[in-house]
Amino acid sequence: MLVLAARRLASMILIMLVISVMLFVFFEGDKLNLAMRVLGPYSTMEGRLQWLADNGYNRPLIERYFSWLFGFLTGDWNRSAQFSAPVLKFLAPRLANTAILAGCVFVITVAISLVLGVLSGIREASLRDRTITVISVLTTSIPEFASATFLVAIFVFWLNWLPGSSSFSSGFSWVELILPVATLVIYNFGYYTRMTRASMAEVMSSQYVRTAILKGLPYNRVILRHALRNALIAPFTVMILQLNYLLSGVVVTEVFFAYDGYGKALVDAAQYGDVYLILAGAMVAVVVAVISQFISDIGYTFLNPRIRFA
Amino acid sequence: MTDAVAATTQRPSSFGRILRAIGLLRESPIGIFGLILVSFWVIMAIFADVLPIRDPLAQSAPDLLKPMFSPAPDGGYYWLGTDDKGRDILSRLIFGSRLVLFWSTLATVVAYLVGMLMGVAAGYRGGWWDEVLSFIGNIFLAFPQMVLYIVLLSQLSPESPLGQVLAEAGFSKTVAKGLTIVLAIMLGTAPQVMRIVRGIVLDLKTRDYIAAAEVRGETPFYIMIVELLPNARGPLIVDACLRMGYVTIAIAALGFLGLGLPPPDPDWGKMISEVRGYGPMGGNAMLWPAVAISSLVLGLNLLADGVREISLRD
Repeated sequence: MLVLAARRLASMILIMLVISVMLFVFFEGDKLNLAMRVLGPYSTMEGRLQWLADNGYNRPLIERYFSWLFGFLTGDWNRSAQFSAPVLKFLAPRLANTAILAGCVFVITVAISLVLGVLSGIREASLRDRTITVISVLTTSIPEFASATFLVAIFVFWLNWLPGSSSFSSGFSWVELILPVATLVIYNFGYYTRMTRASMAEVMSSQYVRTAILKGLPYNRVILRHALRNALIAPFTVMILQLNYLLSGVVVTEVFFAYDGYGKALVDAAQYGDVYLILAGAMVAVVVAVISQFISDIGYTFLNPRIRFA
Repeated sequence: MTDAVAATTQRPSSFGRILRAIGLLRESPIGIFGLILVSFWVIMAIFADVLPIRDPLAQSAPDLLKPMFSPAPDGGYYWLGTDDKGRDILSRLIFGSRLVLFWSTLATVVAYLVGMLMGVAAGYRGGWWDEVLSFIGNIFLAFPQMVLYIVLLSQLSPESPLGQVLAEAGFSKTVAKGLTIVLAIMLGTAPQVMRIVRGIVLDLKTRDYIAAAEVRGETPFYIMIVELLPNARGPLIVDACLRMGYVTIAIAALGFLGLGLPPPDPDWGKMISEVRGYGPMGGNAMLWPAVAISSLVLGLNLLADGVREISLRD
């Protein structure tokens, strides 16, 4: 178990290092282009060369990479050209906003899909199972910006119950959080539900569940003690891995609702050409994604005794 | 003996096989419904020029953000209303289906070609091939896809080296942007295809017919392309339908984020973001592109479900 974890950790760090090199070269390899991006398209060539010299860009690429990496690890993420503020200071509160959004979505999605998945997996091909499956295919077919449109049309324009934008302009409010969270839950719960359902259906047709039922244990007890515990291993791994996909949806949803989070900042930066902000944002996303993959791997091993003791 | 061989080797023409596949799909009502949805948009895209609809780019200053069934100055109706520049939403949707279907098909096909080659090489060759290809795949899989697309598209602007190469090759601004999007989608999607193909190939390569081909002295390239890939097609067709749905969503989402094809082309995602700022006034103009994209993706997903259901049956 420890050896496995150490190996996974090593490969995880290797992947992050390789990605950091690629991103660095991709964004900072062409330094004249970088100077143009940072100083703006109307800056003079002398100004750009002067800026490159002043900021140590005339050192070899390898040296620059290491000093950039050191800066990234110690929290020096350069200055955003668009907001003329340090990137870290700009990004930190937005990351916190996104963490709130993604956290709410994750908890609600997992709760809904576990209940629905188990309910439909207990008795396969029943009417209940069919209904849940159809609903989950339907909701995963509607991309976030489309379901957000439908939600806004119904709850904002028609019923006028909820605010249509979630910019938190007058401080944090739960009401403004409802629509973005609902949008993401609607898109994501279908996949989790189908995972849970498949896993539950497999366990329900296993020998030990049949034995437990045949020896006369109460049905609820068989479901809760025997089936559930084994059925939840696979969905657990998938759900953590899906954090990656959740983040993709978060970007679109944040832009739709003008939610002041990481995704909106990244899209704004991409349209403006704010190199340092995109670079730091991409690094953060990769770190989060790779760590979630690691947790999912380790969690799977830990939860599954057949692997844990092997 | 010879008759039996002739009977098994004589296969119906490819057109006949497609018809038979649709015939098989008859057993899955869900699949048929998906096929109808997808065909609807394909037919709309093909016949967009012939249909009696307005010019999708024609603006009409007095008719901004009109609701459904509003009368138009030329005596007809704006069946689905107009957008913020007085353009007819119905014809924008129909002409937009061309863009959506063309670019998402191209991106899916390119991603599939690359992913299949990588997967079959990793699975069949094993060893270092597998290690290196899987590592490359893992690098791109470590990104949340939308972040990867944003990173690539933000840097691969028309002024970038790639943009200049595409411009010199004579591609218009729209096509160059489309090709850049295809490249980004390929980098995000091919590793996923590779994983699936690799898994299937690992299973297939222990079969007798592979051993037979090896004994015959076929080259690894021949075995990979002629023996392995055609036999992996079953699960791949299902996956390709689903994958095309994801790619369609991604391309429309990029359009929505303002990173897609440049205006004034009627991209479904962009149509939503263009009227997002108008509040309730823009509700109608926002709704229809959302319905369009949802129906197309739903069609692809249901089609995939139908095909899977039938392939599991026998």
